[in-house]
Amino acid sequence: MDLLRFITAGSVDDGKSTLIGRLLYDSKSILADQLEAIERASKSRDDGEIDLALLTDGLRSEREQGITIDVAYRYFQTPVRKFIIVDAPGHIQYTRNMVTGASNCQLAIVLVDARHGVAEQTRRHSLIASLLGIPHIVVAINKMDLVDYSQDVFSDICIHYAELAQKLNVKHVTYIPMSALNGDNVVDRSESMPWYEGQTLLEHLETVEIADDLNLTQARFPVQYVIRPQTPELHDYRGYAGKITSGQFRKGDAITVFPSGETSTIDAIEIAETELEEAATPMSVVMHLATDVDISRGDLIVRSDSQPLSSQTVEAMLCWMDSKEFKVGNKYVLQVGTFRTRCSVREITYQVNVNTYEQIEGVQQLRLNDLAKVILRTAQPISFDPYGTNRASGGAILIDETSNVTVGALMLVGEA
Amino acid sequence: MKLDYLDQLESEAIHIMREVAGQFERPALLFSGGKDSITLVHLALKAFRPGKFPFPLVHIDTGHNFQEALDYRDAMAERIGEKLIVRYVEDTIREKKLKEPTGRNATRNGLQTFTLLDTIEEFEFDACIGGARRDEEKARAKERVFSVRDEFGSWDPKRQRPELWNLYNGRIHKGENVRVFPISNWTELDVWNYIRREKIQLPSIYFAHDRELLIRDGKLMATAGGVIKPEADDQRVTRRVRFRTVGDISCTAASESTAETLDAVIDEIQATRISERGETRMDDQLSEAAMEDRKKGGYF
Ligand SMILES: Nc1nc2c(ncn2[C@@H]2O[C@H](COP(=O)(O)OP(=O)(O)OP(=O)(O)O)[C@@H](O)[C@H]2O)c(=O)[nH]1
Ligand SMILES: [Mg+2]
Repeated sequence: MDLLRFITAGSVDDGKSTLIGRLLYDSKSILADQLEAIERASKSRDDGEIDLALLTDGLRSEREQGITIDVAYRYFQTPVRKFIIVDAPGHIQYTRNMVTGASNCQLAIVLVDARHGVAEQTRRHSLIASLLGIPHIVVAINKMDLVDYSQDVFSDICIHYAELAQKLNVKHVTYIPMSALNGDNVVDRSESMPWYEGQTLLEHLETVEIADDLNLTQARFPVQYVIRPQTPELHDYRGYAGKITSGQFRKGDAITVFPSGETSTIDAIEIAETELEEAATPMSVVMHLATDVDISRGDLIVRSDSQPLSSQTVEAMLCWMDSKEFKVGNKYVLQVGTFRTRCSVREITYQVNVNTYEQIEGVQQLRLNDLAKVILRTAQPISFDPYGTNRASGGAILIDETSNVTVGALMLVGEA
Repeated sequence: MKLDYLDQLESEAIHIMREVAGQFERPALLFSGGKDSITLVHLALKAFRPGKFPFPLVHIDTGHNFQEALDYRDAMAERIGEKLIVRYVEDTIREKKLKEPTGRNATRNGLQTFTLLDTIEEFEFDACIGGARRDEEKARAKERVFSVRDEFGSWDPKRQRPELWNLYNGRIHKGENVRVFPISNWTELDVWNYIRREKIQLPSIYFAHDRELLIRDGKLMATAGGVIKPEADDQRVTRRVRFRTVGDISCTAASESTAETLDAVIDEIQATRISERGETRMDDQLSEAAMEDRKKGGYF
């Protein structure tokens, strides 16, 4: 059985958490005691209806304020597929939590309130989803019950969103009219919208094609740890432990190590001390090389027939996630794969206007939740692939050297 | 080549453990002899063999643990030849003159936090690997894989670090530590299916056996070790039961069951309409935000 990771996105109160609750409820994925618990917690509400958003809004302050603050993870499965759901907050203040949740997803459900249409946060989240390379977007036009289930309202919003999507780099966009509150087109087909002939949300989630999202051509293996038992029997054992983040490796393949550029061939690949002829992403394995090469944590092993970029001056799209400003000249620690090096900010090439997607030039500094194209200079060369071709080896983070907090998400573009 | 979801989860967990090995000076793996931490040990074997674990196993013993789990714990450490450190809540109570909860449903579960924090300080652990899963509880559903805690072990749910892709940031200041959860994305059923697939041995109390119990507030509580003091309205019974989780005796209820094999246990769990913690854990049911509050206080 395969696994689909998806996230909800969109403006505050558009119904993201309610939708997840509805999806779980109507697919009978909520256990009796969990249902009782949210029934009890809903008692304080005036209308006496159960609040399905409480299934994911689990923190005390979320329940007090009726909003989502940080991402919640939920798990469910149908006979066809297993799902990891990430319910993201809509509040602009918590955008970095949405970025956190979205980074590993293959699909994003962008909710739009049918009464209000596309909002600033819809645009921002769509832009983030596209920058993060999420290949599938479902636009859930929600609260159709509040617009008389009008096909015109639905069509207008679809047209509007399609214009916006054109400026973004998303491969597949699907539109579904819904009422998360009443369950229309979530799991069960809506009786109030006979004019809609497409799939329900669950049908779509179960059938959307995800197999081709894996990058199988660029073989990349960031070394995490070196296994050296140093016992008398295993005196010469030296295994490089890591996860194949993209592509595949075979015994006998010629490899190159970055940043050193040294070459060797694969002598053996093992999982739990069992040898394999070949291994592919996303397997965690141990690799042995035919010759003695100096390799340690932070090095990147690649198949020599497809080399990554290696550079000390790099261009990247940046999501800035800290309340301290990002400025030219600032220094950070950059982490890509298992490699860390210091870097300094050379240039803010442009900031992206999250409403119009226009490029604003001449920006001196970035604030919390700003998106921009930047140029960084690293202390040592970093090895990577353009994020557009490889999410695993093109994503990097910036860490503040004094607070140690992760402050930026980088989608590396290329050498500058 | 496409990996089955269990292989994907396994690979993710191994990757996380190796990040701990690569990023920290003095990590530890918290091991209780329960099925989730047994799964962690199995994953660590896959991550680090033929090498030694880059961390000791650590158990915070409340003194109210099931003997079967303790025996399993000791036998496991012996069999795999890894270091086991045990620290006792009993000792903390004596040394720090802590006041033990008393009364009807008194449990030492909360006091574990003191011993855990002392143990972290004693060995200067900078990371503790634990077997918590996001599907267990609504506050856990919100926690990062690398969960940074201050020197009081406190979790601040409103100030969690961004955590992107599979890039984990374990940089901390002295005194802080990180709780790491490699099986965050596993469900209860995933753990059971994995145990079956990997043929992992479990302590006998996970399978149906006859046991002496008290019925209290509708829950079947073990009489073992005299931890729970019988009261007048508790009914004493003998039933065929198994444990779905193995925690402190004072707050872990048994489930009536005839499942003697893993297949049978998995069938029962698949059919049940009650969650793992809802069925077995008394400590979560004290209040709406019991888990969140304990985490803020330094608990796992
Ligand atoms: N009428 C109607 N109300 C809805 C629908 N979906 C959600 N709501 C209501 O909209 C409000 C906000 O819902 P949430 O699910 O909490 O919104 P959210 O998008 O998760 O909000 P944040 O996570 O804080 O960004 C609640 O009062 C819901 O009951 C719908 O389809 N129809
Ligand atoms: Mg929400």
